[in-house]
Amino acid sequence: MIWSKRSTSSPSRADARLAGLCSAAAGLVAAILLLIVLFLLHESRPVLQRVEWLRFLTDASWHPAEGLFGLAPMLWATLVSSAGALLLAGTLGVASALFCRFYAPPSASRWFRRLVALLAGIPSVVFGFWGLTVLVPIIASWRPPGASLLTGILVLTLMILPTVALIADAALAAVPEIYLRGAAALGMSRSGTILGVALPAAKGGIIAGILLAAGRALGETMAVLMVSGNVVQMPHSLFDPVRTLTANIALEMAYATGEHRAALFVSGLVLTGLVILLAMVAARFGEVRHHG
Amino acid sequence: MRLKALTTTLCGILILMLLTASVALAVEQKLVLTGSSTLAPLATEIGKRFERQNPGVRVDVQSGGSSRGITDARSGLADIGLVSRALKEEEKDLKSFTVARDGIGMIVHKSNPVRELSDRQIIDIYTGKITNWRAVGGPDQPITVVNKAEGRSTLELFLHHFRLKNSDIKAQVVIGENQQGIKTVAGNRNAIGYVSIGTAEYEASQGVPIKLLPMAGVAASVENVRNGSFPLARPLNLVTKAEPQGLARRFIDFSRSESVHDLVEAQYFVPLAR
Repeated sequence: MIWSKRSTSSPSRADARLAGLCSAAAGLVAAILLLIVLFLLHESRPVLQRVEWLRFLTDASWHPAEGLFGLAPMLWATLVSSAGALLLAGTLGVASALFCRFYAPPSASRWFRRLVALLAGIPSVVFGFWGLTVLVPIIASWRPPGASLLTGILVLTLMILPTVALIADAALAAVPEIYLRGAAALGMSRSGTILGVALPAAKGGIIAGILLAAGRALGETMAVLMVSGNVVQMPHSLFDPVRTLTANIALEMAYATGEHRAALFVSGLVLTGLVILLAMVAARFGEVRHHG
Repeated sequence: MRLKALTTTLCGILILMLLTASVALAVEQKLVLTGSSTLAPLATEIGKRFERQNPGVRVDVQSGGSSRGITDARSGLADIGLVSRALKEEEKDLKSFTVARDGIGMIVHKSNPVRELSDRQIIDIYTGKITNWRAVGGPDQPITVVNKAEGRSTLELFLHHFRLKNSDIKAQVVIGENQQGIKTVAGNRNAIGYVSIGTAEYEASQGVPIKLLPMAGVAASVENVRNGSFPLARPLNLVTKAEPQGLARRFIDFSRSESVHDLVEAQYFVPLAR
């Protein structure tokens, strides 16, 4: 920034102004989050006042037009599909980061990293469309109906894989060189160095990346909506269709009125609660790492 | 200083907002339409075009179901009611004007040898009593039932026609948009679904591997929806309390004219015969 003459002569005034601007911006961000939660509460009030809260978990099914508001199958579907995707993307992402750092020749790893970064830029609807027209028919010819929890997990994995891989790669790059040299000086094998030195040192960063990816997986809407079948039910196998909370909102919001609409805002409220819980776990974890 | 520039911009935006607000206040004529959520998006689009052609007129559209359209038109709360069905006997005191027709057709994969399904068979498939294509003359394959998400007008019409409740239906896939339904059926040889006939006919002509099944012997085509012979269809009506006058008359004539046919087709409805 180029300072005008006046402000160079009194840097403290410029500082004060900058501090004011920054705190205003920070306050705005906090206020937006608060307003979102208040808005969700306000919009879901008509149904929260009339329907007992526990019924959102205990109702047998989701038929808002007939007065049934069971969210439990969708909550479960959201959690299971995200967990499955995290498991796959976590394994693949960390493995690819390790390959990049420790096994690949530098030119190959540079290209590989660019490729992964490109993957991160692909919009989710493209993954969804690909899943719907390619992946679902393949699985349908094997285990109908094809659109299922499994396809949801696979498409989510593709979407969050770059996040995990790139952050794990950055965390491994941040491991101090001196640790690795020390390991080499002790005559440790490459696998010993990776398992005993690099991974423990990069653990915090890798887990932070996975938690970030978890937030994206929980909130993903369009791709999951296109490939998971959207039937409200508890899945008994990987091949059963499921509906996530986000897909529920996207599917029905455009045409919902009255109590149905309010019940959809309750879906949003539950989802927001879930994400806040995740953020708290992440913060807690960061704290432990700091002190430990 | 950047701050100064920011303040100037903010002031500019504020002034612009005030200006637009004062323009809105200057509007003298207002037309209120309420009713069917199926018809509301189309009415909104027609309203926008009507506003552009008639400066100083504002068209206000609110959805809330066909019954609200009837009630509001009767009580005078709305100038025009939106009703996405034919008027019942006890509603014949109102004047109705059909602007378009809405028809849905059953679709299966092109390779499916089944040529026709009776209403009974469709009900049995959708309620889970028939789960294999063999039972209706097809291959020995499990049926993938594709249903629409709650609140969609196509679902409403489907349930109404077959006298079903949504909770009776045992579906394997639930979809939102018509396009998603077509992609799902095109990608699954054993799927059955229902979508707006306009969309399905267009996609099938573009080589997408889907097949529209006839209903009660009538081919599922836009033409048959238009001439009223296709059973799974309904009229979309504008209703008024008395013979419409002035602005309401002009709006109704405009909605039924050829100049809005593109808007009707964009909502996957079928315009009236030209």
